[in-house]
Amino acid sequence: MAEYKKPVTELEFEQNFAQKKPLMNPTEAFYESSRCLFCYDAPCMNACPTHIDIPLFIKQIHTGNITGAAKTIFEANWLGNACGKVCPTSELCEGACVYEGQNVPVIQIGRLQHFATAQTMDNDITLFHPGPDNGRKVAIIGAGPAGIACACELRTMGYSVDIYEAKDKPSGLTIYGVAPYKITNEEVLDEMDYLQQQLGYNVFYHSPITSAEQLKKLEAEYDALFLGVGLGGTATLNLPGEDKENVVGAVEFIEDLRMHHHEIDVPDTVVVIGGGNTAVDAASESAKMGAENVMLAYRRSKEEMGAYVFEYQFAKTAGVKGLFSVSPVEIVGDEKATGVKFIRTQNINGKLENIEGSEFVVPCELVIKATGQAKQGGFLSLIEGLKMDDRQRIVVNMANYQTTNPKYFAGGDAVNGGAEVVNGAYDGKMAALGIEDWLNSK
Amino acid sequence: MPDLSINFAGIKAPNPFWLASAPPTNSGYQVMKAFEAGWGGAVWKTLGVPVINVSSRYGSINYRNTRMAGFTNIELITDRPLIDNLKEIEEVKKYFPNHAIIASLMVETRAEWEQIIKDVENAGADGIELNFGCPHGMCERGMGSAVGQEPEVLETIVGWVMAAAKIPVITKLTPNISHIVDPGLAAARGGSNAISLINTIKSIVGVDLDTYTPYPVVGGKGTNGGYCGPAVKPIALDMVKELAQHPKIKHLPISGIGGIETWRDAVEFMLLGASSVQVCTAVMHYGFGIVREMERGLVDFMNQKGYETIYDFVGKALPNVTEWKHLNLKHKVVAKIDPEKCIGCDLCYIACDDGAHQAIRLPENGGSRIPEIIDENCVGCNLCSLVCPVEECITMEQRDDGTQHLTWDDRTNANTIPTTFNDDLAGGKGHFVPKPTDALKRKG
Repeated sequence: MAEYKKPVTELEFEQNFAQKKPLMNPTEAFYESSRCLFCYDAPCMNACPTHIDIPLFIKQIHTGNITGAAKTIFEANWLGNACGKVCPTSELCEGACVYEGQNVPVIQIGRLQHFATAQTMDNDITLFHPGPDNGRKVAIIGAGPAGIACACELRTMGYSVDIYEAKDKPSGLTIYGVAPYKITNEEVLDEMDYLQQQLGYNVFYHSPITSAEQLKKLEAEYDALFLGVGLGGTATLNLPGEDKENVVGAVEFIEDLRMHHHEIDVPDTVVVIGGGNTAVDAASESAKMGAENVMLAYRRSKEEMGAYVFEYQFAKTAGVKGLFSVSPVEIVGDEKATGVKFIRTQNINGKLENIEGSEFVVPCELVIKATGQAKQGGFLSLIEGLKMDDRQRIVVNMANYQTTNPKYFAGGDAVNGGAEVVNGAYDGKMAALGIEDWLNSK
Repeated sequence: MPDLSINFAGIKAPNPFWLASAPPTNSGYQVMKAFEAGWGGAVWKTLGVPVINVSSRYGSINYRNTRMAGFTNIELITDRPLIDNLKEIEEVKKYFPNHAIIASLMVETRAEWEQIIKDVENAGADGIELNFGCPHGMCERGMGSAVGQEPEVLETIVGWVMAAAKIPVITKLTPNISHIVDPGLAAARGGSNAISLINTIKSIVGVDLDTYTPYPVVGGKGTNGGYCGPAVKPIALDMVKELAQHPKIKHLPISGIGGIETWRDAVEFMLLGASSVQVCTAVMHYGFGIVREMERGLVDFMNQKGYETIYDFVGKALPNVTEWKHLNLKHKVVAKIDPEKCIGCDLCYIACDDGAHQAIRLPENGGSRIPEIIDENCVGCNLCSLVCPVEECITMEQRDDGTQHLTWDDRTNANTIPTTFNDDLAGGKGHFVPKPTDALKRKG
């Protein structure tokens, strides 16, 4: 019997994927907010990629000015509600909380942030208005965190904004890629609706931009463009047997899970290949979908995993087992995979080497590859003069997020190579300010 | 086991913890329950002229997550029939003959005073407390604080009472007066056997921001209430000290009242001269059971200090309460931060820089958040140590060797005090302050 029973209804799915950071009730928020020390030059604020004035919004919650708190949050971070739930807060704001220095429980900043924004959204309180029309138009490619943040900021300054999105929902990986126990689809979409209703940018769904002709047209029609295109699908491993039907990419697996919940089929035995946060998420999710035997296989040691320690701990609690220092050499089976053949590895002076003759097979019914996402290099090469770095990331001027093609600005995963929602939200906002400065200086 | 019993102006009680005249002493049921819980005495909710109470009676000040740091009420004296109260006093005394029951009284005429004193004496009360303190409602009818604010009237009524009473009389004073010694002297002149203070402070605890009405709201209106609870303790301590030090009052036992909730509060009142303490708000917040912390704490304190009775330490702090002019100007303390304990909140830095004497700096490189004291700027004000959230992280270290002693009074006598606005002898001359424009260079 697995740790979790396979969910067959939406309710069972919700129970298995119970929110890790549930909404605070007003009493919880009152007591938690009372504990904030209102530090000078607060470390939490400095640790937040969007520099939200955290001591201020916590004080506002405590003094009953919840709407004011939400405004403080959204003014710094347009995805303030989602970030309260999905940010790795123990690595960011909460990790910087000074209480840690005396082993006092740190302030639950993420949950307070979610409380203030959720209450304001639920009460339909209007916090923002578009600025007076300035006659300028910006096209945004990709309705992910960066694109949405850029759109919101531009609208407050009076720009017309059109977002072109390949999929049918906004927020990018916030809805398609974040583990379901961190945030629900409804919560993500509520915030998206809340922002769009107030700020009135256009989003064209099912509108992938893929050709040079499309780009030319956009360039002609708009004063500037913002690239918030993120990353592509899971990169191939170039392993024999990788094309078997029950071998899937982690990004695709998680998207499928988020869109179809209990309706997707996760078999009893799963092998997840990778050591990053996405790998750990996919493993946790497989376990929560009722898989009895979920093996997380990483080619280096446990200490070298890219995933946050707390995420791996969480996966282990869900029933995931770790297998370290093993490198996949082949997916075995006929049409369907029946296992993964690994070879053991050792670290010789920092260099990873296979141990001859140590191959073995871990049987499984599903292989999830979480070995990084492909880059959008093909599409981006269509943009004239757009420089990429050696890791296929768009090169921008960090002062204004302008690319080497001055009409294009960019932010989020396509620039940073893959980070958090909060980083995308910050990039998008800063790029909007960069666009404004650039157009004003022309 | 130290002896906690007291003999307060002839009123005996097994310990100095009494309930103040207030809602917790409204009935025999409550007083019996309190004695069972460990209280040594109870001042019965004021008996007197007939009243009608309003609905919605209390309000409070909450500080952060602390409820009722300050508390207010607009409740009047007892609204129960006198006869019921007298019967219950008699009954409680039967069960608890060794506990103190003091009848708080408030009436108008001399005849009424004489009658009601006889009534409570017949019921078995051990003493009488004169309510000259209530700052709401009753004062509008010429009683309560209206008496406490007029020393001559107070003295006259105390005189009537003393002529009639066979049991000890405590006069309860209002703090709503500029100089507490005046009614204290009047009580002494009138012959009162003891004094209790403070009654509640005239107050408005807050205003409803939607209805524009002060709390507590009674049908769209409010009125001033009587403020009490932990917030008023410092005012009460000072007033107790004023009377306990006064040569013409200090012979009277004092029952200390005002924000007492813990053994520490009780001991502080005693050190400043109170030989019984009265509690109300703490009981209204936590119930009668709160006394067990007070009683155990007092016993532990007395054991630790080697005191056998409370009279071994009542008033022990009084010799150390002096006038400002007698403080040693040569005494010098400087703050010290323990970097091992510091958590880097930097509240001390900003408190000093914005609220005090710019004597703390942050490391220039920005790497560490542990602030440093600028010794030569530190005036030893304590502010940093007060705002520091970490136990014993910032301490005040003595820098003088303790051999020199010079006070303002000494300097006045020696003719070395500064006398002109820009006198070189004045204290702040030459003390470092940043240039006004430096403010514009700083962060935060």
